[in-house]
Amino acid sequence: MSFKYLPNMEQLDHSMMNQVLDEVAAVDFEAFTANDVREALKKDSFNVTPRDFAALLSPVAQDFLEDIARKAQIETRKRFGNTICLYTPLYIANYCANHCIYCGFNCKNKIQRGSLTYEEIETELRSISETGLQEILLLTGEHRVKSSIEFIAEACRLARKYFTTVGIEVYPMNSDEYKILHEAGADFVSVYQETYNTENYDRLHLSGPKKVYPYRFYSQERALMGGMRGVGFGALLGLDDFRKDAFATGLHAYYVQKKYPHAEVSFSCPRLRPIVNDDTINPKDVYERQLLQVMCAYRLFMPFAGLNISTREGAKFRDNAISICATRISAGVKTGVGGHSEEEKGDAQFIISDGRSVDEIVNRVQELGLQCAMTDYVYV
Amino acid sequence: MEDTFKLGSHTFKSRFILGSGKFSLDIINAAVQEAGAEIITLALRRANIGGIANILDYIPKGVTILPNTSGARNADEALRIARLARECGCGDFVKVEVIHESKYLLPDNYQTAKATEMMAKEGFIVLPYMYPDLNAARDMANAGAAAVMPLGAPIGTNKGLVTKEFIQILVDEIDLPIIVDAGIGRPSQACEAMEMGVAAIMANTAIATAGDVPAMARAFRQGIEAGRTAYLAGLGRIKDKADASSPLTGFLDE
Repeated sequence: MSFKYLPNMEQLDHSMMNQVLDEVAAVDFEAFTANDVREALKKDSFNVTPRDFAALLSPVAQDFLEDIARKAQIETRKRFGNTICLYTPLYIANYCANHCIYCGFNCKNKIQRGSLTYEEIETELRSISETGLQEILLLTGEHRVKSSIEFIAEACRLARKYFTTVGIEVYPMNSDEYKILHEAGADFVSVYQETYNTENYDRLHLSGPKKVYPYRFYSQERALMGGMRGVGFGALLGLDDFRKDAFATGLHAYYVQKKYPHAEVSFSCPRLRPIVNDDTINPKDVYERQLLQVMCAYRLFMPFAGLNISTREGAKFRDNAISICATRISAGVKTGVGGHSEEEKGDAQFIISDGRSVDEIVNRVQELGLQCAMTDYVYV
Repeated sequence: MEDTFKLGSHTFKSRFILGSGKFSLDIINAAVQEAGAEIITLALRRANIGGIANILDYIPKGVTILPNTSGARNADEALRIARLARECGCGDFVKVEVIHESKYLLPDNYQTAKATEMMAKEGFIVLPYMYPDLNAARDMANAGAAAVMPLGAPIGTNKGLVTKEFIQILVDEIDLPIIVDAGIGRPSQACEAMEMGVAAIMANTAIATAGDVPAMARAFRQGIEAGRTAYLAGLGRIKDKADASSPLTGFLDE
């Protein structure tokens, strides 16, 4: 693993990262018993410990999935009521400086690259806002030169004209750069560690700034230092032992929230999906059953965390996920560059499995007895 | 004489303030009717003016809207949200919520008192959501609050009157309506709070997560009315053991 920071990368003390890695190394998922799972399920909200969380992620807990899901649903309704937040991603560029062997955007993959002009961004934003959405997630590949801070900041300013809530999923940056984006209107930052296994991380990320594991690990902290309201966490389940990665993701969020109590935190739970120019990467170990187990375990460990369900999953799974534990669902999704108003200017990062429009998702949410929340934040 | 309570210059008969943020918009009307509620809260962060699922479109006419400053992390942000609520046509009422702790959602009394003062100066009818602390409640009263809204238990937990002793102190010492907000999970707990002499109850999660929302709204109304009637009637004495039928020292008077 590369701990060697590149010039100009802001460095924070490594104690939190070391703590997470030590706790993950110490856990043995095979050692948990049915009784450990039962004890975890007896716990009241906020009393679920990291050890209980690990028990809920263990293989033996799969036999309790129905009980776990029922409890997760109760916790979700207690905290979030019937509301489900809707949002959509907008890819404004897909240039990338990293070589991640599992990703369709990786710098060695021969795909069509592009970025939107400000005018095109505004056209896309206007087109998306006409669907009724009020929350947008702006994405770029990870390329500091092709997608500069100022480019992203201007996109945030434009987005604030049409949306109440602007999130970003871009390359990790320093806290003063996050501050610039926050002042431009972004208030939520998602960065995924992909895998917390340091050796595997090094093997999967062949080159580029992403190779610097600790810089990525501390992205959420730097974002909060820059004034962001909240931060998102996630591992790409299937890159490594998904139980360990889910456990590490939960612990990471747990310690960040403890250190920054005001932070709103959320989880995303991507599994590997077929990618452009490579349909061989499709691990068999994270089935829907395991994915639901991970999502419910996140819910019980941190009942207050947002839980996203992306279009990597199909409609049936997503509909059931929002009925049980997910609180945020994307709608009207395109994963190429642009594509909401005109033809896409760059290839997609992954193939989506749920192409339903905003109207279709809104109707489905209501059919499920849930309530769409188009906006859940006032930027002040 | 009719039993009412006042917030600012407004008089209310119903002592049930209904939260709105956790259940489906199409049943708000039924819930309001069954609750007999005259005041409904509204998270401005959820108001989608002119758009899909805008909660303002679902609130029945004639019901007073109590916008809250949910999402504010300090007094300045709360004031800005209150001003936005006023601009959106939500009137002058505001429930101050200042929270910068996302796990338990406990209010920051210091920032809340500051926000109360700033808002009262701008003519808002200010109802601060607070942790039941006597000194903080006095600060809020002095700052111009129209009522104080202590929490019974952490929001959304349905745990009831966990802070009962401290709420009783506020009832006894603060000359403003005390409205218990957050944590009330059952009609019996609402009844218990009303028996203590609080002016009103606010509930949201307990009703939103019920199987039949309008029926639970009705049950809360009945619990609140029973508790209020009991308070006005004067509760009977509670003794550890039964009274002896003839006094032990009665012989001294014989």
